[in-house]
Amino acid sequence: MISYQLSHLGALEAEAIHILREMAAERERPCLLFSGGKDSIVLLRLAEKAFRPARFPFPFLHVDTGHNFPEVIEYRDRRAQQLGERLIVARVEDSIASGRVVEEKGPRASRNRLQTTTLLDAIEAHQFDACIGGARRDEERARAKERIFSHRDEFGQWDPKNQRPELWSLYNTRLRKGEHFRVFPISNWTELDVWSYIQREKIDLPSIYFSHRRTVYRRDGMLYATAPFTELLPGESTFEETVRFRTVGDMSCTGAVMSDASTIEQVIEEVAASRVTERGATRADDRFTEAAMEDRKKEGYF
Amino acid sequence: MEPQNVREPVAMEEGADLLRFSTCGSVDDGKSTLIGRLLYDTKSIFEDQLQHVEDVSRRRGDEYTNLALLTDGLRAEREQGITIDVAYRYFATPRRKFIIADTPGHIQYTRNMVTGASTANLAIVLVDARKGLVEQSRRHSFIASLLRIPHIVFAVNKMDLVDFREARFREIESEFRNFASKLDVQDIAFIPVSALKGDNVVERSENMPWYKGSPLLHHLETVHIASDRNLIDVRFPVQWVIRPQSESAEHRDYRGYAGQVAGGVLKKGDEVMALPSGFTSRIARIDTFDGPVDEAFAPASVTVHLETNLDVSRGDMLCRPANKPMVGQDLDAMVCWMSDQPLTARSRLAIKHTTRWVRAMVTNLQYKLDMNTLHREDGVTQFGLNDIGRVQLRTTAPLFYDEYRRNRTTGSFLLVDESTNQTVGAGMLLSEPR
Repeated sequence: MISYQLSHLGALEAEAIHILREMAAERERPCLLFSGGKDSIVLLRLAEKAFRPARFPFPFLHVDTGHNFPEVIEYRDRRAQQLGERLIVARVEDSIASGRVVEEKGPRASRNRLQTTTLLDAIEAHQFDACIGGARRDEERARAKERIFSHRDEFGQWDPKNQRPELWSLYNTRLRKGEHFRVFPISNWTELDVWSYIQREKIDLPSIYFSHRRTVYRRDGMLYATAPFTELLPGESTFEETVRFRTVGDMSCTGAVMSDASTIEQVIEEVAASRVTERGATRADDRFTEAAMEDRKKEGYF
Repeated sequence: MEPQNVREPVAMEEGADLLRFSTCGSVDDGKSTLIGRLLYDTKSIFEDQLQHVEDVSRRRGDEYTNLALLTDGLRAEREQGITIDVAYRYFATPRRKFIIADTPGHIQYTRNMVTGASTANLAIVLVDARKGLVEQSRRHSFIASLLRIPHIVFAVNKMDLVDFREARFREIESEFRNFASKLDVQDIAFIPVSALKGDNVVERSENMPWYKGSPLLHHLETVHIASDRNLIDVRFPVQWVIRPQSESAEHRDYRGYAGQVAGGVLKKGDEVMALPSGFTSRIARIDTFDGPVDEAFAPASVTVHLETNLDVSRGDMLCRPANKPMVGQDLDAMVCWMSDQPLTARSRLAIKHTTRWVRAMVTNLQYKLDMNTLHREDGVTQFGLNDIGRVQLRTTAPLFYDEYRRNRTTGSFLLVDESTNQTVGAGMLLSEPR
């Protein structure tokens, strides 16, 4: 006898596909924010499930800080080509060159915050009215409160205290000109759900998610990869370590974890047993203040 | 808190499913403590999250680690020590993954409670064992029944403060059963707990040997939800038409109707009718990215191919010729109003129902409910923020709908203000108006 009950991953997948199709049907100019990270990689598979055999009704947009992991950039280009979909790259370096933002200086400089301007400029230039993102509510406190169709005003700002109620699976997709949505189809997934889905779907990932030898330095208790732009602080030194990355962001603020997990099964085992959240373990950008993410999101960050 | 209760691995069993539940309770009922206890005792809290809560508790001068802070996400909530908005929390046991919609209980947040309840399979209503049935509990239970949450758990909390006495628990239970008989709820459970001490939350309480039922978590893990969905009435609102723009022979004639099954079981070969046209055809194939399937049931997202080429587009609905939804422009509904701007007769609004948008005018405000006594107040001229009542509407185009109690997907709608684009109301359809 058939049980007529979807598994928990099946139910999450069905919800995400529904969200993607609602967005495609009701917004005129969507895009998918593709970073080459595992969450946006899962979005690509969900988009295949929602729209194939037709082409995706949106291009991909990547905000390239110029400080990304080369393995991830390679993956990004390869995946876009495999899928035969259009990739738009917005570069923070262009925002710096045109004077829209000013590069931070010194060993602690990061382009993480500068990305917001580049992103909002790209949204305006292409007149995108919906940007699909891979954010999840389990990632961070402010995100736990965010809607699936999350409204941004004409300045790209999020107003957490004035969000539209979101009921059933009915999404209010209406906007005024100049405003846009951030749409989060995997809002209800946890980190472990994402990994279990990657395993179930046999999805290929950038190599940095798996254990490898890398030259790193230690700062504020975290291990960072050395990059051509790295400036060490007095007392810091580089050394080789066996690591993997749990999240993928700008090299300047994404920490590595020591790990021997070299297969998806081993990664899942490690994630399931992890005692620290992925952002807590690896993201310097959330550490500034208690409400770091809330503040950045209000400004228009991912 | 003992560090050994920090997160441990969960290996989910084959076939583990998903349960969404909402929690409602007022500030002092211990709701956040209960959620904190569930997360903590199931070892779902990460070290850095716990560290954060401890730091903030200390800074605020709390005498104990305030688990409520785990669910307060926004700066304003932490500063004011209140929950403003629905927060979603996640945890899993080998049997199930759980999504908690944690909703504030105060009357001024009724709309948030309705929001959290709209997707829930189960509601936990917190009751203070010392106070018993109070106005808040009536309101919370009523909202759960109005939103057709199939399972309600009354968690009689703070049993430690009434010396774990069975008599007190039974007294509250009978008081609630009496009240609940007026509500339309399929399944009710009563569990005596102490969220603060952990009695009957995850572990069975040794302090209440007289209680023979399941502890809360075991109840959540085993409550039967498979038959909550409507598997009888085939309803497939078309969301998106897949038509590849390619010259390849394989896809030249591809025309698939994509959507999420809202009711019933679609089977290959079944005769179906498309609404509004009324034309019939048969299901030639049910596609997914992973290949064709023989049947599909709610809430699967699939692509349906018909044997003949009907003109079907987004907003249309597929059903069985002998089992059609109601089709009409005159609607009778219970509405929860969510805006500061009042709802009045003659109000003009946009409606989103399944995959359709239509315009509507309110033709009559029939009555408003007093949320504490559940008495009907006739002759009202407007609904204010958080009011719930019965209204009649006239739409510009027909909707294909079912009674909300029969199908939560085809029986629900949003009301949207076309000048501000705000979602201003939530509606649940009643049977066909006279």
